[in-house]
Amino acid sequence: MADCMTVVDYLRLEPEPSLVAQDCSACGARYFARRNACSKCGGQGFAAALAATTGKLRAFTIVYRAAPGVTVPFISAVVDLDGGGTVQANLIGVEPVPEAVVLGMCARLVIFPVGEDAMGTKAIAFGFTPT
Amino acid sequence: MPADIWIVGTHMTPFGRYPNSDEIDLASTAAVSALGDAQVTVRDIQVLGSGTLFGPIGTGQLLQHQIGQTGIPAYNVQNACATGASALRIVYLTIAAGEADLGLAVGVEKMGRAGLLPTVTAGGGGGDTFERIGRNGAIMDTEGVLGTGTMPGAFAQAGMDYLREHSEVSVEHFYRIAEKNHRHSMLNPLSHYRKLFTVEEIRAAAPISYPNTVLMCSPNTDGAAAAVLASGSRLRMLPLEVQRRAVKISASIVTTDPWTPAGETLPDINACTRNAAAKAYEVAALGPVDLDLVELHDCFATAELLHYENLGLCEPGGAGDFLDSGAPYREGRIPVNVSGGLESKGHPIGATGIANLYEVTTHLRGEAGDRQVPGARVGMTHVVGLGSTCAVHILERAVT
Repeated sequence: MADCMTVVDYLRLEPEPSLVAQDCSACGARYFARRNACSKCGGQGFAAALAATTGKLRAFTIVYRAAPGVTVPFISAVVDLDGGGTVQANLIGVEPVPEAVVLGMCARLVIFPVGEDAMGTKAIAFGFTPT
Repeated sequence: MPADIWIVGTHMTPFGRYPNSDEIDLASTAAVSALGDAQVTVRDIQVLGSGTLFGPIGTGQLLQHQIGQTGIPAYNVQNACATGASALRIVYLTIAAGEADLGLAVGVEKMGRAGLLPTVTAGGGGGDTFERIGRNGAIMDTEGVLGTGTMPGAFAQAGMDYLREHSEVSVEHFYRIAEKNHRHSMLNPLSHYRKLFTVEEIRAAAPISYPNTVLMCSPNTDGAAAAVLASGSRLRMLPLEVQRRAVKISASIVTTDPWTPAGETLPDINACTRNAAAKAYEVAALGPVDLDLVELHDCFATAELLHYENLGLCEPGGAGDFLDSGAPYREGRIPVNVSGGLESKGHPIGATGIANLYEVTTHLRGEAGDRQVPGARVGMTHVVGLGSTCAVHILERAVT
């Protein structure tokens, strides 16, 4: 796995695939991107925290029309992670039809390759699959 | 106590495609017509607010260079889908501050440049080897890789979030909202599309981002709208006919989205709208029951359902019942989007937030022709853009 890069830096692969949040040290608000401050309380201290790899489907859409280079259809999923944090990813292993997706369904984190660069480094993305 | 400020002239171009006109052509048409409607000239105007998202830098000044260079203060305003309303609010605030008693607000957009609008910026350096760029350290554009960031998708997800919490509504409500608004548009000569579609045709139309089909999305549209605002004291110096047709701005509110736990992932259009509406009712000393018509932000059919609640038109959890009862149809007790809404009229972003004020003003003046809401005295306009920014205005007819 030496020549892999995660598509976003809050996805970590070692020791196992997980999402790394930044939690405000003052109020506990959870974020997944680089912060300048906490927009809930104004705090400027953050601590890294491992988010759960399971959650519930909060919302979704099935995308049929996208820019060139984007394979459609795909299911975009907004997942409320158990214990806190909300992330967006694709729903994996589900037929992209409305009947196959149930709002509120439980799901778990999975990883998958999404291409490689000129040096052969593989890009790894995360998604969620129903449990 | 709200400021004593009135709309004394307004105009919108028919919304549509204008391949041979640029933004300044459209803005000039709207502005000159609005000035004429107010029976004033550009030389009477003391402040200009110009709203556009994709138009040229300095659109306000380019407009002045076409229709009148009088050296007045001009502001170029960009505020997502609340751009036009924010441009109007700058004029409103200048008058409220006592630094002007007559101002012009113009909003314009040509949507041909816009394409599939992203809600998140693309990541990645675009070079041969992966490079982490941006706050997420993304090595590539994550559209389609980590869900969707496009507008139809974001608003579809907002609608599905509501469905998850309200089992009594279904995607059928969204299809019926689109049917309503398209049917309303048939009476509006200014609407880009004026076609009737059945619920079945809407459901079966080309899918964009479930549940939004192409007929549930704002079309790509060009257009401009303008409004002339006057202080109460200036109004009383204008011709009697202008005074008689003047419409009072009883509330002018702009808000942004307060922190919510999921706000960085699922853009919030609800809290900012609720807050803006609540403040507007408070400032205007009115309630939803007093409204005769509402022009709200149906950029996608999924959004409108949420705003029935957000604007207090129905009880929490009651949006489905509200639609089922017939209330927001043009024959109902609180007509919503009798103009056809953004889904039919189109959504030239900078223009929308003034065009909806034009629409409500026209009804309050009793000049809306075939689509007139009979006896309309009080109306509300609403726009909301992801980020998020919301503007709500309440207008009242002049008491004669």
